[in-house]
Amino acid sequence: MNGTIALFLAQDGIINGAIYALVGVTLVLVFAVTRVIFVPQGEFIAWAALTVAALEAGTVPGTAWLLLVLGIATAALEVVREGRRLTIRRVATMLGFDLALPAGLLLAVIWLAPLKLGLAFNAAMTLALLIPMGPLLYRLAFQPLADASVLVLLIASIGVHFALVGLGLVFFGAEGVRTTPLLSGTFPAGPLVVKWQSIGVLVVTVLVLIGLYAFFERTMMGKALRATAVNRLGARLVGIPVASTGRIAFALAAAIGAVSGILIGSLTTIYYDSGFLIGLKGFVAAIIAGLHSYPLTALAALLVGLLESYSAFFASAFKEVIVFSIILPVLIWRSLASGPHHDEDEEA
Amino acid sequence: MSGPILSVANLSVSYGRVEAVRNVSLEIAEGSIVTVIGANGAGKTTLMNAIMGVLPSTGDITLDGKLLGRSLVEERVNTGLCLVPEKRELFSTMSVEDNLRLGAYRFGSGAVADGFRDVFARFPRLEERRRQEAGTLSGGERQMLAMGRALMSKPRLLMLDEPSLGLAPLIVKEIFHIVTDLSKAGVSILVVEQNARAALQVADHAYVMELGAFTMNGPAAALAADKGVIESYLGLGGGKHN
Ligand SMILES: Nc1ncnc2c1ncn2[C@@H]1O[C@H](COP(=O)(O)OP(=O)(O)O)[C@@H](O)[C@H]1O
Ligand SMILES: [Mg+2]
Repeated sequence: MNGTIALFLAQDGIINGAIYALVGVTLVLVFAVTRVIFVPQGEFIAWAALTVAALEAGTVPGTAWLLLVLGIATAALEVVREGRRLTIRRVATMLGFDLALPAGLLLAVIWLAPLKLGLAFNAAMTLALLIPMGPLLYRLAFQPLADASVLVLLIASIGVHFALVGLGLVFFGAEGVRTTPLLSGTFPAGPLVVKWQSIGVLVVTVLVLIGLYAFFERTMMGKALRATAVNRLGARLVGIPVASTGRIAFALAAAIGAVSGILIGSLTTIYYDSGFLIGLKGFVAAIIAGLHSYPLTALAALLVGLLESYSAFFASAFKEVIVFSIILPVLIWRSLASGPHHDEDEEA
Repeated sequence: MSGPILSVANLSVSYGRVEAVRNVSLEIAEGSIVTVIGANGAGKTTLMNAIMGVLPSTGDITLDGKLLGRSLVEERVNTGLCLVPEKRELFSTMSVEDNLRLGAYRFGSGAVADGFRDVFARFPRLEERRRQEAGTLSGGERQMLAMGRALMSKPRLLMLDEPSLGLAPLIVKEIFHIVTDLSKAGVSILVVEQNARAALQVADHAYVMELGAFTMNGPAAALAADKGVIESYLGLGGGKHN
């Protein structure tokens, strides 16, 4: 390996690391607010890339149908579950949010997709289709378990992951896609050729991180989300509608996932099930940082990206193994450092 | 004088098959201090939680002439009801300032500066500690923060569950002094106490709770002079709960 290759690998690693950072901070966010370890975060990424690809081809993306299916399922389940306790306001919200919105988006996309309106439209439509999925999934799978243990929530999360991968295969097929870069072209930097898209990924990642920081540190809503995570009863007593904080966290997760997917689609080929590995690497980063700190998670994600990139060069057959095995020493170190009763604190 | 700010009629609360509060009725006149005294396990906390909407109950709870029905906790907060719970339920990893700020959640950030001024005037200690994490406060400071956070929501009826619990006598005095001040400022107050002596001193009206039901009620001064009450709640037996 010479210097140029090392730099090239570093570039690759940093870009992938940025994507893993977006996944990692999302996992930290969702866990902090809902205690859900959101395994299916990667699905949002894959689905966003697949949606952009379908729109570029002028076809109706599977996500448009999926959203409608999720909306109907969620509304139906809530009617069954709540029955007589439903208020008129809730029913109106359900009609609007779960049925009318997905149906409207589906009609819009059937009408507009063949016109091939270009990059900006594709990105906006992808966000519009993906973001509502976050709160829908939360209501469908996690809200009924709001008081369950972290382990039960994790099991639900894994179940949702498998269900979504299955749905992904049905709605998108097994073919891989690669999208047009939002930013095309390259520029030389010393011995390297850098893609503008790579710079775009980095800039967007940094902006998302700054945005999250500002949201949680500076806004009442962000603080309310944190407060709900710290003390749910306390949050209820000051009038925070705690049921909606989970929906907001999941909407943010879907939004960040969609942004990641829009970015990554042009960098690598994405299949219906590509989300899992991306999600898992973000998860490794989040775990290294103790599912706790945003900046540490981003740093760990960078490390994961670099490690993956170099191990792909030296031992490509083992690159995933190498990446995932770094979690072991971290877990051992954490459990030694924290003693036996620490888990309880982290759940509280 | 207007009607009662809160009236509770035939309220019952159960934990599974165990009825912890049975058929309780209570009224709080606007601007007054009402106390419910009773031994540990009598059902005082359960009663408060039911009024706040944290626990489901049967019977009628009327705030300002409006039936609360099945309304959610956040809706009750928005109508001016506020509970300072027995366990304080602070946001322990957040700063004192952020705890207070979240108390004003129902008004949004616009009301924060105003609320800070009022709360810091009543609790200067909180201003000194405004950047400190809530979890690092002393017991008395935690109670002050819990009350300050409640005041940020500008409650019309403030419910205090055992405000003196675990506090040194001097701080108990300070807390009850602030309760009287609040009442003078027009806030109606329902305070629940094992420390009956302190509660009866500040209250206008008092209820005695035993095994989930009210056994007695009347003007606080009259109850403080009642032989039965003195024996059960104000004698040595009552004092040891402090
Ligand atoms: N979560 C609960 N589940 C079952 N029983 C409870 C629960 N909380 C309180 N109780 C019971 O209800 C009764 C009243 O409790 P509580 O309202 O806490 O009394 P107090 O506040 O007057 O000390 C007690 O017998 C207590 O054991
Ligand atoms: Mg109690």
